[in-house]
Amino acid sequence: MLLAPALLVTGALLAVAADTCAAAQHAGRRRSLGTVGRRLLEVPRLLTAQPRTLPAADRLLWRLGVIVVPVGAVLSVLVVPFGHRTVADLSVGLVWFNAMEVLTWAGLWLAGWGPNSAFSLVGGYRFVAQGLAYELPLMFALISAATGAQSLRLGDVVAAQSGLWFVVWMPVAFLVHLAGVLAFAFLGPFAYPAGRDLAGGVLAEVSGVDRLLLQAGRWLWLTAGAAMAVPLFLGGGNGPVLPAWAWSLFKTLAVLGLLVYGMRRVPVVRADRYVELAWLVLMPLTMVQVLAVALVVLVRQGG
Amino acid sequence: MTFESVFVLAAGLFSVGLFGALSQQSIVMIMMGIELMIGGIVVAAADFWHFLAPAAADGQVVIVAAVVAMAVEMAMGFAVTTALYRARQVDTTDMAQELKG
Amino acid sequence: MDAVVLWSLGVVALACAVAVFVCDSMARATFALLGSLVCVGGVVLVLGLPYLGVVIVLMMVMEMVVMAVFMIAYMMNPAGLMPMSMLHNQRGALALSAAVFASLTAAVFLVPWPHRRGSPPRDTTFQVGKALMGEQMLTMIVLGFVLLATMVAATVLALRRGRYDRLGDGLDRRPARDPAGGGVGR
Repeated sequence: MLLAPALLVTGALLAVAADTCAAAQHAGRRRSLGTVGRRLLEVPRLLTAQPRTLPAADRLLWRLGVIVVPVGAVLSVLVVPFGHRTVADLSVGLVWFNAMEVLTWAGLWLAGWGPNSAFSLVGGYRFVAQGLAYELPLMFALISAATGAQSLRLGDVVAAQSGLWFVVWMPVAFLVHLAGVLAFAFLGPFAYPAGRDLAGGVLAEVSGVDRLLLQAGRWLWLTAGAAMAVPLFLGGGNGPVLPAWAWSLFKTLAVLGLLVYGMRRVPVVRADRYVELAWLVLMPLTMVQVLAVALVVLVRQGG
Repeated sequence: MTFESVFVLAAGLFSVGLFGALSQQSIVMIMMGIELMIGGIVVAAADFWHFLAPAAADGQVVIVAAVVAMAVEMAMGFAVTTALYRARQVDTTDMAQELKG
Repeated sequence: MDAVVLWSLGVVALACAVAVFVCDSMARATFALLGSLVCVGGVVLVLGLPYLGVVIVLMMVMEMVVMAVFMIAYMMNPAGLMPMSMLHNQRGALALSAAVFASLTAAVFLVPWPHRRGSPPRDTTFQVGKALMGEQMLTMIVLGFVLLATMVAATVLALRRGRYDRLGDGLDRRPARDPAGGGVGR
């Protein structure tokens, strides 16, 4: 029960460390333990910092929004199998993950609305626009995995991949899922809601513990999305020689590494551009993907 | 006894929504009232399914239809509000009475 | 156990429902409605319909966030910093809804409900899916057409510009003139 959140936090810390190293290399600075340590020193600094107060802030909604983002990430991994063990292998695990992920919409919009500041609110609106773009392709990507396994239970999805991993015959869904992970973590190319052009957007006014929670929420979501990609497309704990939990861990860290590496290599996408790409290109592609998967499943059953 | 109390919850949600839909002036607030009323219907349908006829899927189909009705109501409501606001900067029902008999 | 969860969800749902029409701030009203509808999803889930319950939560979150955007766009006083009353016919509405509540409550206690017939299937998600793709196919088709018609009608109503604004009088302007440039092929 407590293992899943602990693993999630560890993964998020590793992702932050990797990102710090990548940033240092990018800037031509030396990569060392000290660089990572300085980034992580932010945590005690934010914990002890005096929070900023703003006139006429909607404190209740602001706090609620900030809390929802990391809490949703923790709740979402309750259905993700680690090895062959799951905290709660719900019969609708896939929909549960999706519902928890959609909670970030509410969380980020509230985090933008709460402080009574224009930049924050624009950041919140940006996330909603981005959400309208990434959500439907992501849903179709999740549906194609569910269709392939003929079940919404993640345990069944993993079991269906004992032979061939889904990533082999659902490459589009896999890539769309990875893009979706970056989008709901609003990192890398999807950092538009927290853009520098907006003085930090949703992060513009948060300070102290609130800022820590919101920032942690981003990295927790990145890790949760990476952990989810493993049972969905990479065969979960299936693999030779090593025990199942080791394969889960290895695959999750590999996906996480890929995401952190890829994050810095793509420029930030404006939401209106991504909406058009998502609706005109990604959505038809993922729909064809679901159709192909459905046909394969039907042929398999018939034969 | 649970059957009755869940139904009372459904009736409560429906009535609060009805009060809002009847008493609010702003179109958006009226839509929130209607959402609550449909929420009450969802609860009632789940209640009937679980306590009266769980072997048939009809209760679940009613829930699906109610959820679709919610989505349709929201989309059309906002479209009408947008058209109305664009034409006349009006967002309350009292200021849009051309269709009143 | 289930009864306790149901009762607490019900109390929260009703409290949030009342808060919708009590709050001055539109954002708070919207998210009170979200709280109420999430509790509705929870009730559906506890009553043994996990798929529909979670889908209701998922849909309502998206719907209410979109609703909040429109709320802020159209209301005169979105943050409720200057409380004002936007009600009409309050007494009539209160009387009518109280009467409806009383009669519904009386009905549930007076009507001789039939006894429970059958038992829930092992997989309720499968039950609803099979019904919608089988004997209730007509319902599904109608719902599909209603949704399609809604999409088209809502877009037509909400758009100010038509195709002549985009493509010119001869419909031959390429690329189209749009207020915001797109991401594909331009």
